[in-house]
Amino acid sequence: MPASAEPVLEAHGEPVLEARDVVKRFPLHGPGQHGKEVHAVEPTSLALHAGRITALVGESGSGKSTLARMLALAYPPTEGEIRLDGAPVKQARTARGKRAYYRQVQMVFQDPFSSLSPVHRLRYILSRPLQLHGHASGRAELERQILDLLNRVNLTPADQFIDKFPHELSGGQRQRVAIARALAARPKVLLGDEPVSMLDVSIRLDILNLLGTLRDDEGLAILYITHDIAGARYFADEIKVLYAGQLVESGPADAVVEQPRHPYTRLLLESAPDPDREGALLDAPEVVDDEETLGEPPSLVDPPAGCRFHPRCPLAKPVCATAFPPRTQFDDGQWVHCWSYDEENYR
Amino acid sequence: MKLPGNPKVRIGICVFAFFALVALVGPYVVQNLMGLSPSDVHTADAMQGPSGAHPLGTTATGEDVLAQLVVGSRVSLLVGLVAGLVTTALSVLVGVAGGYLGGRADSVLTVLTNICLVIPGMPLLIIIASYVQGRGGWLTVALIIGLTAWPWGARQKRAQTLSLRHRDFVTAAEMTGESRWGVITRELIPSLAPIISVSFLGAVVGSMFADAGLSFIGLGNINITSWGSMLYWAQNGSALTRGAWWWFVPPGACIAVIGVAAGLINFGIDEISNPRLRKPPKKVRDRAEAAKLRRRTEERAEPATAPKAQEATS
Amino acid sequence: MTTRHQEPLLTVRGLHVDYFDRADPVHAVSGVDLTLLRGETLGIVGESGCGKSTLVTAVTRLERPPAVTTAGSVLFHGKDGAPPVDLLTLTDRQLGALRWEKIAVVFQSAMNALNPVLRLGAQFSDVLRRHRGLSKKEALTRAGELLGMVGIPADRLRSYAHELSGGMRQRATIALALACEPDLVVMDEPTTAVDVVMQRQILRQVSRLKRELGFSVIFITHDLSLLIEIADRIAVMYAGKVVETGPARQLYTDPKHPYTEALRGAFPPLHGPRREITGIPGSPPGLRVLPQGCAFHPRCAHRFEPCDRTTPPLLALGAGEAACHLHQTVRGEEDHHARVS
Repeated sequence: MPASAEPVLEAHGEPVLEARDVVKRFPLHGPGQHGKEVHAVEPTSLALHAGRITALVGESGSGKSTLARMLALAYPPTEGEIRLDGAPVKQARTARGKRAYYRQVQMVFQDPFSSLSPVHRLRYILSRPLQLHGHASGRAELERQILDLLNRVNLTPADQFIDKFPHELSGGQRQRVAIARALAARPKVLLGDEPVSMLDVSIRLDILNLLGTLRDDEGLAILYITHDIAGARYFADEIKVLYAGQLVESGPADAVVEQPRHPYTRLLLESAPDPDREGALLDAPEVVDDEETLGEPPSLVDPPAGCRFHPRCPLAKPVCATAFPPRTQFDDGQWVHCWSYDEENYR
Repeated sequence: MKLPGNPKVRIGICVFAFFALVALVGPYVVQNLMGLSPSDVHTADAMQGPSGAHPLGTTATGEDVLAQLVVGSRVSLLVGLVAGLVTTALSVLVGVAGGYLGGRADSVLTVLTNICLVIPGMPLLIIIASYVQGRGGWLTVALIIGLTAWPWGARQKRAQTLSLRHRDFVTAAEMTGESRWGVITRELIPSLAPIISVSFLGAVVGSMFADAGLSFIGLGNINITSWGSMLYWAQNGSALTRGAWWWFVPPGACIAVIGVAAGLINFGIDEISNPRLRKPPKKVRDRAEAAKLRRRTEERAEPATAPKAQEATS
Repeated sequence: MTTRHQEPLLTVRGLHVDYFDRADPVHAVSGVDLTLLRGETLGIVGESGCGKSTLVTAVTRLERPPAVTTAGSVLFHGKDGAPPVDLLTLTDRQLGALRWEKIAVVFQSAMNALNPVLRLGAQFSDVLRRHRGLSKKEALTRAGELLGMVGIPADRLRSYAHELSGGMRQRATIALALACEPDLVVMDEPTTAVDVVMQRQILRQVSRLKRELGFSVIFITHDLSLLIEIADRIAVMYAGKVVETGPARQLYTDPKHPYTEALRGAFPPLHGPRREITGIPGSPPGLRVLPQGCAFHPRCAHRFEPCDRTTPPLLALGAGEAACHLHQTVRGEEDHHARVS
């Protein structure tokens, strides 16, 4: 399998946070499963740059959350390494080592109803990161900074929100608190694990626009994990498509959506709800999937060899079942892993 | 502090408050204001039924039962409180730390818990109590009970911690840079507070039962007046066969009432933390019943209004 | 065929559902009028807490305390001009005869709809034997056919629900709902828990089966962009009321109510130039403290003088209906008064 580090694009400078050829396998426990593993992420490289939003698009089970949690040091990669500012991150065991990492890298969770402790007030929730990272000392200074954080995420008037409990807030307001908590550490990188998918449609855009503002004003590097490719196109600078633990396509957001080069990306786009699509559902162009696979992604315990999409792929040839395709790079910055672009071997 | 609205919790708390008040000021009232003594022997007044002079009668040696009951409540409650505190503190420490830290620490703590759990509690208590008998007062008894009663609670708290451990807010606290100890004391224990307070209540009542049991079989310090030692002396003086109900019923009833109160609070807290068990107040249920579309009983007065299909069609 | 298509199947009039859990009841659904035509797909869309799920549980008589249906009628029209029955006044026994036979429900969580300790085959044959009087063998054969209709091989009848993937479970519940060839299938967020590719496949299948079997669908979702593609008509709910109904296309091209317009604009488009779009300011109101007048007015960009005082009624407008002062002050006060009195 090709395992090359992602070429650094000169235009965006050095990456802030980078995953180099990371692999994650989870051993299975239980009767009859001894020695088996879930192949959650295959060798994958990903680089986040200051002032840019990278969207990682995939379905459930594609490994997108696993990748994010490796970047957040929730568990170590089985192979490969995480690099922060160019230096490899050792799996910090001490509280101090972890704290130093989390000063740079923060995460926003999917479910704002479970990511905020129900027993604490906002004042407390936001004061902990400020204290732990030594950004504020003294009560007055702490209070001023908490109010400032609430203002930055548009929870105004801030002095009315500061003493509320999370259960007194709506889902969108809670997610703003979660973002404020992440910002309190003054990180360079924000990892968003489906940060809007649990929210009401009418407030999703506000949260995305808020994150966009943070990118523009503070130069944050943002990883945006999502299953919604339309939202990714709207919001991200770059889209990467993950299928069953393998990155299959990457490129500027518009290019990937307007000119998808991998058959899986095309399937995703054809499946996305689109009111502009003409005609009834039945008359719409046939989605490439056939009835046999039932639209299911493969088992990650015993994944298909080669390109994992080949059992569902309309373009599949024998070579697809033998090896993962090499990267084909295009001039516009888009690249794809698909044998159909390899004229020599695609027969 | 406001009393919780749940009537069960309210009754339970009132009962506990009543006994706490009795233990606190009761001895002063009965001894100094009413002139009754729990230990003065009056052989002339022995085995008297309730009367004006002795509202709850007297024992075989002529001591006043009411005075004993009131003075004894202080010892019984103190033993319960101290033993309950020790039990709860140990079980929280062992259970939450084990459940959260996982790995080797958890294995060691789980083995320790399980070993202590399989040793039968009451016999162990009896052996230790008979060994230290006569040495130390109620505090020794409380400590013995507290040090033998924690494993069950530790297992329960470990299980609860395991379910909290991978919640997002715990992970979020870790990713804020919180240390392990910080996560335990600042996130886990506050979240477990309802469970901890319920189990504390259970431990207090359980310890009072254990104390009474030990005293009853003569292994507590029977020279201190407590509900347990009252029962012991009543049994010793054949109160049951002699029909002296006023001697053994009051301490037994007090223990039972406290048990019921703890049960009420437990049910109430269950209802608060699990809304599915909760019924709206009767007033609200009646109103809901009244507001229901009258079905079955009433023939519709007018035939169903013909649908105006044209309204919605294009 | 067209006349048959205009025939109503379900007429909801003045439906009110209250939640009695505290001293003051909460009006989860207040005064909803809806008509579902035979063979039609009616979409109901709204945000969390708008009452869309409460509405359909009340219509199908599946509401549980503290929800109480306090007023209204739900007329279910039989075939061939049989007199309509009011579902709200039926006894449990009469209702039991209609369930599965005439009305079937598909819920968001297939795991809750399927019995975890019974094989799929047992659940299918249970329904088929009770309602269709089939023998055990016939029932299993029929169950195999039903699963085949949604693309699941018949040997899966021997599986338990937990052995199936999420998408397959949801297909199985749809097949089960179609077991007795009902006239109406109510789907409450049936594809929210599955991925987009699976969602599309399921919806295609439902659409194909609908064409073959001719049932009507009430489809509830929060995803307006999806509904515009699959529904014939859409009803938009906000804070317990229907604020707009109309043909799906019209709601997309020419929404009348500002809420519909804002909701439609809140979905980032897949095509066209990227431009800044905004959501709707504020968040959906709590039903306990509804704003005065039109419940949407605090978030509305077009609000004007009467919006915070009087609640606009739902009035016919073009091919649909809308409840908004914008369209009412212009179009005749008398119409308004006629409705109110």
